[in-house]
Order: sequence, then C-alpha cells, then structure tokens
Amino acid sequence: MMNEQKTEKKGKDLLLVRFQTEILLVAILAVLFLFFGIKSPVFLKLDTLMKLLKQASIYGIIAIGMTFVITSSGIDLSVGSVVGLSGIVVSMCMVRGVPVLVSVLLALGASILVGVFNGALIHDAKVPPFIATMASMTIVRNVILLITGAKTISDLPQSFTAFASGSFLGIPNMFLAWLAIILLGIFITGRTVFGRNIYAYGSNKESARLSGINVRKTVYGVYIFSALVCAIAGILMAARLGNGVPTSGDGYELDAIAASVVGGASLDGGEGSVFGTVLGAMIMATLRQGGTLLGINSFIMEIIIGSLIAIAVVIDKMRKR
Amino acid sequence: MQEQKKPVVAMKGIVKEFPGVRALSGVDLELLPGEVHALVGENGAGKSTLIKILMGVYTKTAGEVYVNGEKQDVRSPLHAQSIGLGAVYQDVNLAQHLSVAENFFMGQLPRTRMGTVDYKRMYQETRETLDSIEVHVDPKALVKTLSVAQQEMVAIGKIMHQKARAVVFDEPTALLTADETEQLFRIIDKLKGDGVGIFYISHRMEEIFRICDRATILKDGSYVGTVRIQDIDEDRLIAMMVGRNVEDMYHIQHGQPGEVVLKAEHISRGKAFQDVSFEVRRGEIFGMFGLVGSGRTEIVRAIFGADVKDSGKVTFMGKAADHTRPEQGIRAGIALLPEDRRAQGLALGMSVADNTNMVAIDKISRWGVIDRKKGVQVAESYAKKLRTKTPTVFQKVKNLSGGNQQKVVISKWLAQDSELFIFDEPTVGVDVGAKLEIYKVFEELIKEGKTIIIISSYLPEVMGLADRMLVMYEGHPMGIIERDGFTDDNIMRYASGKSGKES
Repeated sequence: MMNEQKTEKKGKDLLLVRFQTEILLVAILAVLFLFFGIKSPVFLKLDTLMKLLKQASIYGIIAIGMTFVITSSGIDLSVGSVVGLSGIVVSMCMVRGVPVLVSVLLALGASILVGVFNGALIHDAKVPPFIATMASMTIVRNVILLITGAKTISDLPQSFTAFASGSFLGIPNMFLAWLAIILLGIFITGRTVFGRNIYAYGSNKESARLSGINVRKTVYGVYIFSALVCAIAGILMAARLGNGVPTSGDGYELDAIAASVVGGASLDGGEGSVFGTVLGAMIMATLRQGGTLLGINSFIMEIIIGSLIAIAVVIDKMRKR
Repeated sequence: MQEQKKPVVAMKGIVKEFPGVRALSGVDLELLPGEVHALVGENGAGKSTLIKILMGVYTKTAGEVYVNGEKQDVRSPLHAQSIGLGAVYQDVNLAQHLSVAENFFMGQLPRTRMGTVDYKRMYQETRETLDSIEVHVDPKALVKTLSVAQQEMVAIGKIMHQKARAVVFDEPTALLTADETEQLFRIIDKLKGDGVGIFYISHRMEEIFRICDRATILKDGSYVGTVRIQDIDEDRLIAMMVGRNVEDMYHIQHGQPGEVVLKAEHISRGKAFQDVSFEVRRGEIFGMFGLVGSGRTEIVRAIFGADVKDSGKVTFMGKAADHTRPEQGIRAGIALLPEDRRAQGLALGMSVADNTNMVAIDKISRWGVIDRKKGVQVAESYAKKLRTKTPTVFQKVKNLSGGNQQKVVISKWLAQDSELFIFDEPTVGVDVGAKLEIYKVFEELIKEGKTIIIISSYLPEVMGLADRMLVMYEGHPMGIIERDGFTDDNIMRYASGKSGKES
C-alpha cells in the first residue's frame, strides 16, 4: 500500500485521492524532462518541444476518443483503420477536385459511419466490443487497400497541407487541434449529461438502464465520438505527410489504449480521465523523442515504454486497493 | 462455557485503517470449537471488514490473529484456506461454468497415474461430502444450472471438504426459503457437533437466538462486548447494537388510502407470472410476498418497464402504462428500487452526488450541460434529509455501508419526484439502525401522498409495514390479504400454494 493516510482531514485528502493518478503522471513527466534535459541540452529547446507536441498530437487525439470508449467499459480496435480511412477519403476527394472543406466533411462522414457500425454491432447485436471493433478494423483497412490498390495518393493541394505545418502565435496548429479536442473531452466528461452517462454506463450497465439512461445513445455516442476524433487525426496526418497513405494509422490502437490506461482508465469501465490520458500520451511521446535524441536503440525504448505501461497500471491498482 | 477449550480463532486488538476511514479500532474476537458465534452490529460497524481480515482479503493495520493457538499473518484467501478457515459469502463464490466436483477440488485436482485428472475419485469424494450434509446435487452438474440455495449448499460442502476448522457464514439465509433455512441449520448443527467453530453474521434476530451460543457486538468499528445468548434478550441485544432502545421496529404512521393510482389487469409474462390483477391506492403501502421464484420481482419490473410483459393492461394515474422501457416508467412517475442494489441500483465507483442525480439529471442540466453546483446542492440536501452517513457527497458509493448505499438509491428517486416507489427487498443487508431510518422514509413518503409497493422475502417486514398484501406462488396470484388478516399461518399457506385461489 502506497499511502496510509490519517483519518481526520477528509476534504483535503479526498481531493488528493481524486487526482493522485494525475499527480503521479505529472511527476513522471517532470522526471523525464529533467533527465533528457540534462543529458541533451537540445531537448529543452523550444523547437524540440514544439516538435514533441506535434508528434504527441496525432495519437493524443485518438487516445481521447479511446478514453471515452474504455470508460464505457468498451474498447475500440478500429481507431487505426479510421485514421487511415479518413486520410484516404480526404485525399481521394481533393485529388479529384472536390473543395477542401467538402472533402474534409466527407472524410468525417465516412468515419462516423464506422462509429455507427461499431455502435450497432455492440449495442444492438450484442457483439463484445473487442470482437466488433476487431471486425470493423479489418474490414475498413481492407476497404482502403482495395479502393486505393494499396497505392499512396500524392499531390495534395497546398492549401490543405499548409495547416499541418503552420502555427498560430508560435504554437503548432497540430497541437492546437489536439488542445481543442482535449478541452472538448474535458468538457464532455466533466460537465455534460452524455459524459456522466458514459461513467454511469461503464460502472454498471444495469443500474444505468434502470435509471432511465438512454443506453443506446451512450454506446453509439462513444463509438461515434471515437471515430470522429480519429477522422480528425487522420485528416491532420494526411495534411502533415502531404499524402494519403493507405497503411497510415496501422497499430495506433495500441498506443491509444496505452495512453488511456497509463492515464488511469480502467478496462473494467467506469474510470478514465481525459487529462490523465493527455499526460499518458505526453509521457510516451517524451520517451520516444528523448530516446531518439540520445540515440538510444529504439527497441530498448519500446521495452521501456512497455514496462512503463505495466508499472503505471500496477501502481494504480495498488493505490486503489 | 463448559470446560476450558482452546479457541480456534482469536483476534486481538484488530485495527484497520482505509485512506480517510478508520474501519476498526481495537476489536477482540474469539471463537471456540463447536461454538456458533454471532457477529452483530449495524452495517458499517465493521463486521465484514473484520471477517475479511480473518480471511486474508484485507491486511490489518494493527493487532494479532491466532488460529489454533498459533499466531498467523493471513496473507491471502488461499492462505486462510490452508490454515483451516472457510467462508460462505452472501454472493456465493463458485466458478459458474465448472461442475460441482471441479469446484470442490479447484486448485488441487486429483491425478491418475497417467497424470490426467482423476474424475472418478473427484465425483466419489464430492458425493460423499454432499451426502453427509444431505445435499442432493449431482457432482457432475454445472454450478450455473443450480438454484441459489443449491449453490450455497455446494459452497458449504466445499468448505467441509477442505476440512475447515472455522467457518464464517455471512448472511447465509438471505436468499433461502424457510425449508432451505432449516436444512442450513441442520448442517450448522452437524458442523458444530464435529467441533468446527462457526461465525454467524445475520440481521435476522430470531436466527441468532435460535442457533447461536454467543454474540460479539460491534458498533462504529469498536468492540462493544461479547455476551452469551442465553443471558440476553432481543431488545437488549439490539439496544447494544444501535446504542439505544428500539420499541416496535415496524411501527410507522399509516395514511388514509386515496384513489386508485395503479391498476394491473390480467398481466402475464412467460413463465414468470400469469394473469395477475391488483389495484394500489394513493398513500398506501402495498405488500407483495412470495418465496423466491414466485414472480413478485418480475411483476414490478414489468410495470416499471425493465422487462416487457406479454399481455394484460396496466393503468397508472389514469393513463395507460404498458411500459416497455425504464424511461417510460420513470417519466410516468414510477421508481423501482431493485432488489440487488449493488448490481442494479448503483454505480459503485461513482460519487454519492453522481448517483443521486443519475435519474433526475434533467433537473440540473440544460441543453445537456450539467450545473454541477446545483447537483451537489441537490445531493447534499437529500443526504441531510435521509441522514446518509458520508464524509462528503463526493465520496464514492462503494465506500459506504449497505444501509447508506440504500439511502443513496432512495435519494436518486426522491430527486425525480416519483409518485410510486417500488421497494424490492429494501432492507437486505441493511442493519437495524438504517432499517429504522428507511421505514421512517416510508412514513414520510406516505405523508406526502406518495404510494409504496414493498416486496420482501422477510415476512415480519411485509406484515409489519403493509396495509394489504398480494401473495404469489410460482407465478400465480394466490390472493390479496387485508391487514387484519395478516397471520404467519395464513400468509404462508397462500405463499406455499396450499390455499387461496387457484388459477
């Protein structure tokens, strides 16, 4: 047991208990920054930091959707495929001369369909989320490969790609997009009925139903939200690469799950925090970036990240015991 | 006691602290061989915590545990099992998809010389153990195919098979019928005769007075005392538990029933219940009684909209109320407080405030955005009204005791301004003090012109509270009895299908 607190000062302790996961993560992040900063002065340069934020943004965005899903006691393995799908749809449309805005909307629409499909399988057909989204992951990825012939779509218009490399007041647009989704996520989970319903449903499906919570809306909602943020991530990625790559997003589900879980989400449902997930994503991005900078073998870095996931969850479980 | 016997279990000065809560402060407990020792106290008094420390589920903060005279630091449930401790919990812990015999031998499957599992020996030994306690269950049967009572008996058999010297029974009769309870008592008698020490936890006083030798009383995590049952009476024992005198538990002010609010006509659903008709009047406490499997729970679930009935007609407050989804029942003004509050009534990992506002969320939100301050106010006002014991409304519900959890469930339906409150087993696992407060809530609801349906498998409770009661037997309504016709005999005859109308 990590902390045997005294009984009396309840209010203060409660606040600590509520935010301990986040405090722990901030501490880990601080230690990492200190370590890499000392080892390599370049690390703390503004330029490097901005690059770090940019890198963390893509799967940071996906991880927020994943946190919604995991909190509802589900899982979404199709996120990587949706990233690929939206990137390809937006690219194919633009190359064929569809205006940028319309192309983006079409990409979002296509991705929402995947979310609806997941919701229908999981809520209406009662397929376990793992299986349902594994199926849609496979289907979507191969639809992409089929329609593109596995070929990259290049020559995306300048007006589209400019967004990803641009910045506002020195802050990269990519990060601003992430920030917007973070704020949206915090708002939804903390302040809206939909957000409360995700937690209620994730903690206890039957009590949620008997409390009159619209269970279908909640389930569809989380998978559509997840697909929607993945679509945004996919579009941003296509813009950054300047290409629509059929395999893009492959394997992202694991990073997103890892960020959520490191951030305190429980696969049993009912627990998850957007802020924690952001910290989880930042920690993983920092490790990768710092590792590259120091020239550490990338296999070793991945071993460290894997261990980190295990340690974070073990500590969290101990804390909650 | 008779001669000097060495205690099987002795716990001394046990202290347990959770972050923010001191659950036990210096509790002593002693169990002699061949003794049935009741552990009593209100919920939240620390009974389960104490037992979980003994069984290795929790680690103690301070104190000593002796088993058969040896000092032990029980590290895990498996360790507890290996030193001769066993427990039968309310929710029986058996592997549902394995057979009875496999459950008996779990973790120590016997092998043949070939190295494969020796099923023959397993089945035979299991049969012998079960026969010895007169439990007639096929060792090959999958546990999930057994009734709750059978599962409980199997769990007891498993503990006997493991040759436990001390066994804890935690609310063992909560889900048993009268006959099954008798069978359980015979088994306990046999264990006693074999010199096994038994801890018996129950809220049912008459059981404690019938089978227990001594009782240890806990209150608010502290040790109150240990008494010999033959030296004490029920009122004094309850007084020790709650720290005050209790006259008539069920004495509440009844109202003058008004117009008919709920009318069910010939409703049926599959095998659960058939052709049930009754009327409930405003301001009335309408009882529903029947043994497990009699269909009472299923009837109210269908009225609420949790299940869909096949046929018949329900009218609520003058409008057709053939609900197919809970939302419809809720909107009409019906509240269902389900029988298993942990599994159906609460989001345990969420706060008191979140749970309180779960149903009436529209009242504290606009355009789907929640006014959190208002939510906290609502939760605090109900916590105060119902005297829910919680440090703050931000406390997670899983950290509250059974009685306080039930108050949170009640809060959530009060917040919704429901008209009809259906309480399904409202006081299972709730201590005497909280029970009284829940009955107080009944009184206030009625005073406000609300209507109550109460389901209970505990006969004295329905008899004490209800104005009228519908008695069910295997899905058939056996009749409606008026309050002046309430006698044990009368009701039990109906409930066992021996009299009343046949359908």
